[in-house]
Amino acid sequence: MTCPHPPEGPEPGRRRFLGAATTAMGAALATLAGCGRDQVEAFLQHNFRELTPDELRDTVARLEREARSKYGKEIHIGTEPALPGVLFGYALDLSRCIGCRRCAKACVKENNQSRGPQIEWIRVLQMDKEQGVDVTHADPYYDPELVPQEGHFYMPVQCHQCRNAPCTKVCPVGATWQERDGVVVVDYNWCIGCRYCMAACPYGARRFNWGEPGLPAEEVNPDTHYLGNRPRPKGVVEKCTYCIQRVRKGRYPACVEICPTGSRKFGNLADPASEIRYILEHKRVFIFKEELNTKPKFFYFYGV
Amino acid sequence: MGIPATLLPPRWILGFALALLGARLRAQDIQVPPPPFTEGIFPCSACHDGKTLKVNPVRRELQGMHADIQLQHGPASRWCLDCHDPQDRDRLHLASGEKISFKVSYELCGQCHGEKLRDWRAGVHGKRTGSWNGPKQYLLCVNCHNPHSPHFQALKPMPPPVRPEAIQARRGGAL
Amino acid sequence: MGTPRAWTRFAKDSLGHILVGNRLYYAWVGFLVLLIAVGTAAYLGQLRDGLVVTHMRDQVSWGFYIGNFTFLVGVAAAAIMLVIPAYVYDWEPIREITVLGEVLAISALVMCLCFVLVDIGRPDRFWHILPLVGRLNFPTSLLAWDVIVLNAYLLLNWFVVTYLIYCSYTRRHYVKALVLPLVLASIPMAVSIHTVTAFLFNGLAARPFWNSAILAPRFLASAFCSGPAILLVLLQILRKVTSLRIKDEAIFKVAELMAYTMGFTLFLTAAEVFKEFYSGTQHLMYTRYLWFGLKGHHALVPFAWASAACGLAAFLLLLIPRTRRHWPTLNLGCALIYASVYIEKGMGLIIPGLTPDPLGEIYVYTPSRTEILVALGIFGVGFLAFTLMLKVAVPIILGETTVDGRQAGRAVGPP
Repeated sequence: MTCPHPPEGPEPGRRRFLGAATTAMGAALATLAGCGRDQVEAFLQHNFRELTPDELRDTVARLEREARSKYGKEIHIGTEPALPGVLFGYALDLSRCIGCRRCAKACVKENNQSRGPQIEWIRVLQMDKEQGVDVTHADPYYDPELVPQEGHFYMPVQCHQCRNAPCTKVCPVGATWQERDGVVVVDYNWCIGCRYCMAACPYGARRFNWGEPGLPAEEVNPDTHYLGNRPRPKGVVEKCTYCIQRVRKGRYPACVEICPTGSRKFGNLADPASEIRYILEHKRVFIFKEELNTKPKFFYFYGV
Repeated sequence: MGIPATLLPPRWILGFALALLGARLRAQDIQVPPPPFTEGIFPCSACHDGKTLKVNPVRRELQGMHADIQLQHGPASRWCLDCHDPQDRDRLHLASGEKISFKVSYELCGQCHGEKLRDWRAGVHGKRTGSWNGPKQYLLCVNCHNPHSPHFQALKPMPPPVRPEAIQARRGGAL
Repeated sequence: MGTPRAWTRFAKDSLGHILVGNRLYYAWVGFLVLLIAVGTAAYLGQLRDGLVVTHMRDQVSWGFYIGNFTFLVGVAAAAIMLVIPAYVYDWEPIREITVLGEVLAISALVMCLCFVLVDIGRPDRFWHILPLVGRLNFPTSLLAWDVIVLNAYLLLNWFVVTYLIYCSYTRRHYVKALVLPLVLASIPMAVSIHTVTAFLFNGLAARPFWNSAILAPRFLASAFCSGPAILLVLLQILRKVTSLRIKDEAIFKVAELMAYTMGFTLFLTAAEVFKEFYSGTQHLMYTRYLWFGLKGHHALVPFAWASAACGLAAFLLLLIPRTRRHWPTLNLGCALIYASVYIEKGMGLIIPGLTPDPLGEIYVYTPSRTEILVALGIFGVGFLAFTLMLKVAVPIILGETTVDGRQAGRAVGPP
């Protein structure tokens, strides 16, 4: 893995000075302009990777305040770092997926995705068994009475958390990067919404908040992570984060838990005893669009 | 080595000890829910006590009780007593004759479906929940596969995503 | 070089030129201001509701705004079409209009920056892209490169033009040692802005339609014919409405160069089409969608063929000396080139690059009303900038406006 590692502690020197200067300026501006101090701090907030622990704490407190006033609900925004010695991997059994889409819907609930304009991080493609994996005839809008349909197989697609990610390369402001445990994350408060990363992703995994996200207050999942499922603003990019709010606490992603056929498998690639390693060692595994050399950590396999 | 045969324990004790050990090894670290019996059907020995109902080992289609069970599992030559123990209906039996509890019915399934059992133990076949770095909860084979008609049932799919043409601006901001 | 008094007089005289003109001038400026107002109103709606008011969606995440941006970067780059002959080959007639070419480049760059600003989802976070203050992902992100080279080119052009105009105004000869290196530097810089813009599409393996090695040469070839096309028409207008003297020969020479670059553009397009259709891999689907439609969707097909037809016709009109030296056919050729390259950069580049999407879905994108109105507003801004800059520059170039009011000879070029 050749991705750059985010700095663990505060960055010394110029950035800290500028940060302090802008914070002071921000306070002054707030007093002068009479606008809310929160708005000014939101405007001046820096990239997640450059925040000192104090700034991060204040930022999280501010975001929780904003969410409280918007949804009338207490939400918790965690900032758990990556667990040491962990590299997350995901495997999906194409011979067992029946295309029921429960994963896509569970993901929406868990990750506070906008209901209108609708955002779904997971897209399930229906394809013909005779033609194999060929997206030119894929249909994500199938709607029969029962699944699986005769002669078809189903291939859900979501962010592959590529080791050689094309999306993190192209971001002009460094708002998206790969964390130490392999999850590719987006700082929703730093993203400028240029959508270059969306053009770069070969799996169509990224989504954009074209409008103000429509998230009913009663459906808000209050257990969130700064880099994961906290409620997002308009005009920024988002995508699957392997449920970073869950997996950094040892839980499985929501899609893995809900799958009724057990087609979704998840674990630590660095642990030889994990089920993901078992799959890589014993099953016929393939990588979607392998020729693009994205080196994803999402593997499709045939369990049967 | 030359251990006199008279000092070895009787064969049946050895067999019993091995069976116990095997059962312990097999059941190690696998947390499963209780068997999903139909309401009131267990214990089977309430009716099959060996006295009021005689054991009829002849393969046939059942009339009366249990006639509602559709047996669609494997070759046409398979029938009930291939898995259900004729003498102890509260247990299942393996090909060797060894009786096992319904709680570890996967041992029986694994006799023919060995690869599935191996994958299931590794957590790769079927749904398994819990923590990726901690204790896990398995399901019994029969939690998803009706043992009499094991083909996985089709489900009604959840609604398809909204087409991009149908995504419009909303007035008034957030809901 | 100048005193504060000279600068204030320059500012005053410039303002005077901007505010005073004939009826045609007022009508034109009024029309542009109206366009800008309409565009601003549309943009405010977009700010309020988000980019959902456009027809861009996840499946086609770039559209009309970026198409216009790409086209205008080409126009800006084409200013060097006039610089190369003027300074490298020391060709007299073109030198007078080099300044006008750079004014066009500045206007185009202003429009480019506007199109980027209206396309991003969080314009309030624009400062994130500034080096030092924000976090510019240089050198990994091609967009970061684009930010740097576009702004550097803008600054360079703005400085050279202002300096040359100010020298004319103060009736001094410009310092050749200062100007010539900058002007010569603008040649590779102009190539760089369009190459970097091409590379930002080119480097995406996820988009096979763009991931072709000849994308950057195609960009440059089409830029070099479309930029001068606009300028030739504008020069003829300026000849009529001002006393600016531009030799016919200069115009015909530029038109001839445009013919060659359009010919090269057509060749590169043909090469692209051959490669896709002959190899016939899965990547053909994007090119097929553009030229013949796919799965019942034919929205782009008329535009693709229209662009090719216009380009071919323009090539012939400008190649053949009889039609090149005949004003109606020359102007027709310019209009056809503009149309051909404009269609090609928008519908012929952005949309087929994104359609079908990476999972094979075809979403038919057409610009929404908001996008069209905002684009019109931005073109209004660009044309207004161009008009106002020329309104100041032309009298100064002609020597009619000087710091001390005395008529001067035309001293734009070196002595």
